[in-house]
Amino acid sequence: MANNPTNIVPLKKKRPEDPLWLRYLLTILALGVVTLIIGIPVFHVFFRAFEKGPMVYLDNLFGNPNTRHSILLTLSIAPRVVFLSVIFGVAAAWAIARFRFPGRTILLTLMDLPLAVSPVVAGLVFVLMFGMQGWMGDWLSKNNMQILFGTPALVLATCFVTLPYVVRELIPVLEAYGEEEELAAVSLGANGWQMFWRITLPNIRLALVYGIILCNARAMGEFGAVYVVSGRISGLNDTMPLRVEKLFQEYDMPAAFALASVLTFLALITLGVKTYLEKNIVHQQSDAGEKS
Amino acid sequence: MKPSKGSPLPGLSLSLGYSVTYLSLLVLIPLSACFIKAASLSPAEFWNIVWSERTRAAYSLTFTTAFLAALINAVIGFLVAWVLVRYEFPFKRFVDAMIDLPLALPTAVAGLVYSSLYVESGWLGQYLVPLGINAAYTKFAIVWVLVFTGFPFVVRTVQPVLEEIEPEVEEAASILGASRLQIFLRILLPTVFPAILSGFAQAFARGLGEYGSVIFVSSNIPYKTELAPVLIVTRLEEMAFPEATAIATILLIASFLLLAFINTIEIWSKRLGK
Repeated sequence: MANNPTNIVPLKKKRPEDPLWLRYLLTILALGVVTLIIGIPVFHVFFRAFEKGPMVYLDNLFGNPNTRHSILLTLSIAPRVVFLSVIFGVAAAWAIARFRFPGRTILLTLMDLPLAVSPVVAGLVFVLMFGMQGWMGDWLSKNNMQILFGTPALVLATCFVTLPYVVRELIPVLEAYGEEEELAAVSLGANGWQMFWRITLPNIRLALVYGIILCNARAMGEFGAVYVVSGRISGLNDTMPLRVEKLFQEYDMPAAFALASVLTFLALITLGVKTYLEKNIVHQQSDAGEKS
Repeated sequence: MKPSKGSPLPGLSLSLGYSVTYLSLLVLIPLSACFIKAASLSPAEFWNIVWSERTRAAYSLTFTTAFLAALINAVIGFLVAWVLVRYEFPFKRFVDAMIDLPLALPTAVAGLVYSSLYVESGWLGQYLVPLGINAAYTKFAIVWVLVFTGFPFVVRTVQPVLEEIEPEVEEAASILGASRLQIFLRILLPTVFPAILSGFAQAFARGLGEYGSVIFVSSNIPYKTELAPVLIVTRLEEMAFPEATAIATILLIASFLLLAFINTIEIWSKRLGK
């Protein structure tokens, strides 16, 4: 219903209009706010990054081994986190959207917890679990295993904060599609995996990509949670955002902005893909709505 | 609620079993570790940590800055949502897409940029600091960067509600003789109020826990510009685990209450909608 081109239904468009001066005033105010809060900062990042020319920029990014390592570390952590969140997201969305069981509402609420918890607290709970004085600290050190201050802890803490991202996108889409096609497939003799790969997955694929994009952005950009579990070991556990902070502390502003520009660029791409997908998911859902 | 028996679709036990296990291992057990650790302190110890002068200062700063930032966001978020829904202007879709930038941009980048813009030699600081507006290393700096991180919430909760208001309602009111201001105050504002409240609460919750951006723009001086999450990290670095846990517990309870509050508003506004 939202897709009706407005020129076909001219009646819908008639809202009592605000006076012209008010419209101009409010539009200018709103655009001013967006420019001040978002526009200038984004422009500033790229300006400061490229201030001294592209060669200095590239040297700032790739000349320093610690910065190089932080890029590689982020690139290795994010896919693992996305993978785990996707499996959880698909499983939880399937259970919640397709079945009614006791505790379903509680499960839905619990999944939102990581959005409400401070990232610092998210990191802290893993320190309490795996640290030397933690619950598993003794057992871990006896078995010569280290989780804290290493990649496993970075992955765990990032998984914690990104847990809701995929599942929250999948549930509404699964619900909008309804279960008719899946029921048909099962009654015609498809087994569970056949049904999933041939019916469910193609139906939810755009929403899945959408969730992955958001999850990936958060995974690459997370700061507080990984800060706490990383142990601040330079050149070993610094992800890109942590490296930005360290360069800032060292007053190496050009290098900090160079690395920040990569993260900003990533955020802009995320927004672009997100906007594109949003348009298509809306279409897809309204199609599904018409079918049922 | 009755258990779904006889749904012919496969995979309930596998999907439910996996997701509950994953959620428990990753979120529930670690979070309860925090509460159990806090419970191992005696009430007096707990109280001494949580009610010490430094902790109190950190809490009060955290709550006031997050509250002020959420309040500013409620106003400017409503303004931006209003303009995006009701008026036409060039590059509207681009502006609309950019609203979500604070959710996609790493908070560390936000902190870096804001501190660089508003210091005395910065692009904006060079004009603002002589006017007495110092948005670097002050309390105002914390509020201002929290306005950035919480900016999308109010816009995104208000926007769909404003879109759904039928033009007929306003037309009817205006035919019956209501002025624009009356329509706004009596019809539009009450309709979107639950959405503003929900967005406000989300921005507030986000602001309470924010760490990545604020450490860049705040001088993090105890008693003055030290926020609760910053104090938690300081205590952790001192290996003072009980202190860190006690401070975190209060923050956790505050976030749980806010989450419950947000859910209640959502249920309440859905009922109103019906």
